[in-house]
Formats: sequence, structure tokens, C-alpha cells
Amino acid sequence: MRTRTVVVAIVAALGLAALSGCGEKPQETAYKHGKYQGKPDTPPWDNAPLAYSQYVNKWNKGDEKGWTDEIKTRNKFQNEYVRIGD
Amino acid sequence: MARMKFLCDAERCIECNGCVTACKNENDVPWGVNRRRVVTVNDGMVGAEKSISVACMHCSDAPCMAVCPVDCFYKTQDGVVLHDKDLCIGCGYCFYACPFGAPQFPQAGAFGLRGKMDKCTFCAGGPEPDRSEAEYKKYGRNRLSEGKLPACAEMCSTKALLGGDGDVIADIYRQRVTIRGKGAEVWGWGTAYGPPKGGQAAGSKS
Repeated sequence: MRTRTVVVAIVAALGLAALSGCGEKPQETAYKHGKYQGKPDTPPWDNAPLAYSQYVNKWNKGDEKGWTDEIKTRNKFQNEYVRIGD
Repeated sequence: MARMKFLCDAERCIECNGCVTACKNENDVPWGVNRRRVVTVNDGMVGAEKSISVACMHCSDAPCMAVCPVDCFYKTQDGVVLHDKDLCIGCGYCFYACPFGAPQFPQAGAFGLRGKMDKCTFCAGGPEPDRSEAEYKKYGRNRLSEGKLPACAEMCSTKALLGGDGDVIADIYRQRVTIRGKGAEVWGWGTAYGPPKGGQAAGSKS
């Protein structure tokens, strides 16, 4: 019985060790608000949109999703297959 | 969340330097500093010449951030690598660490005094109040806060230089490669502007 427990423990340990190879550490540097030595910065969506943006979505100040949607919409204008057709 | 990236299509770049000019104009970059450059390989060799527009690539794990002794770099939530010029001591470590030569230093004085580092900001300004005069003077224009994309990419005449959310520009590039259907051996008008529509033959100029 004891031998069996030891074998199970060893197998479990080996399994965990093998699985640890499958893990992936995030490689991207995370934004540390004000945690670097310099001054904190405000995110771009923390501003009111300018008057020009009537042809795409408008975001409200602090609306990250609205800003992201606006940027993505504008981004797609770089695709001339969409902008001027095939 | 957007993850800002640049992508340059060497099949399309015509070495017009429009991106360089747009960047210098938009950000009032001083003489001697080029935040963006066009690099050409096999210059003058017919059929083998390729150009690519290079600036800060806003690395996911940026070496400049790793080596800075005063920790003046930071990464925004949308993946743009920026720095605080008030902290920069102009040591030049970031210049040695960067594989793209993105950090640049304004030269001043007879003894080559090295100023504070200047680099591409993805038109996202820096750690000053957005759209303020202080931000413009130190870092240039903050187009992202206006809902716009970098001037270089938006000004690119052939749309060789794509800039913006990584997923969106990857989709654009993928569609482009799928439509042109061929690799690096084919280039020219048809490659840049897709299959002909109406009387124009593939690959022929107008």
C-alpha cells in the first residue's frame, strides 16, 4: 500500500513537472500606471473626440471601448480593398 | 483592447519618404533626428531592390525599457512604448539596445553634446497633459488622443506602411497577400493595387 502511494506521488510529481513545460509566461510588458520613475500618463480615450470625427463612431471621454472602436474603424480605411473596392 | 503595431509591406514601399516627411512635419522633429527612416536594400539592382520604412516597433518586451538606467520608459495600455524626457539623461544605452536604431539624440554644441533621447511615439505624445503645448514641444502631436492613427501610416501613398491595432493591420495584410496571390517575386502596379477591373491588364501601369 505504501509503495503504491509513493509510486502515485512520484508519477503525480513527474506529471506536474512535465506540465510545467507547457506553461507560458506573459512576455508583454504590462502598463504600470505611475509605477515607473516618470510621470503617469493619461490614456488616449480620456479625452473628448475632436469635431472632425463625424464620419466614424464617437466616443465619450473615458470610454475605452468607444475609442477602440473608432480607432479600429479608422484603421480599416487603410485597406483600399474596402475603401475603394477591388 | 487595441495593441498598436506597425507593419511595412516591402512589396509596396516605393521609397518616396512620404512617411519620413509626414512624421517630421506632424511632430516638429528637430533637424538631425529622424524618428522614421526608409531603408533600401539591393539599391539599384533591377528586380531585387526593396525598401522598408523603419521606426520604433513598440516591442512587446522592449530592450530599451530593460536597459534604461533611470527607468524613464513606460508602455501604455494600448502597447505603445513611450518615455519621459524629463527623466532621460541622454546616456545612449537605449540606442545600443534597440535593434532598429529607433532612439535618436539631437546633437548640439561643438563637442557633440548629446541631448535627450527622441523616438517615435506612435503619435501618442508622452507623459504630459494630452494635446497640451508642453506635450507637443517635447514629444510631438498626440493623434491617438484625437482618435487618429500615426501620420506616417495614414499619409503612406501606397499603403505600404500600415499602422494601428495589430489584429486589424494583420487582416489587411493577409487579405492583400491573398488577393495578389504571389510572393516576393511579383511586384508592380497590379501587386500594389490588386486585380484589374475593366480593360486594364494585370501588372500593367495605367
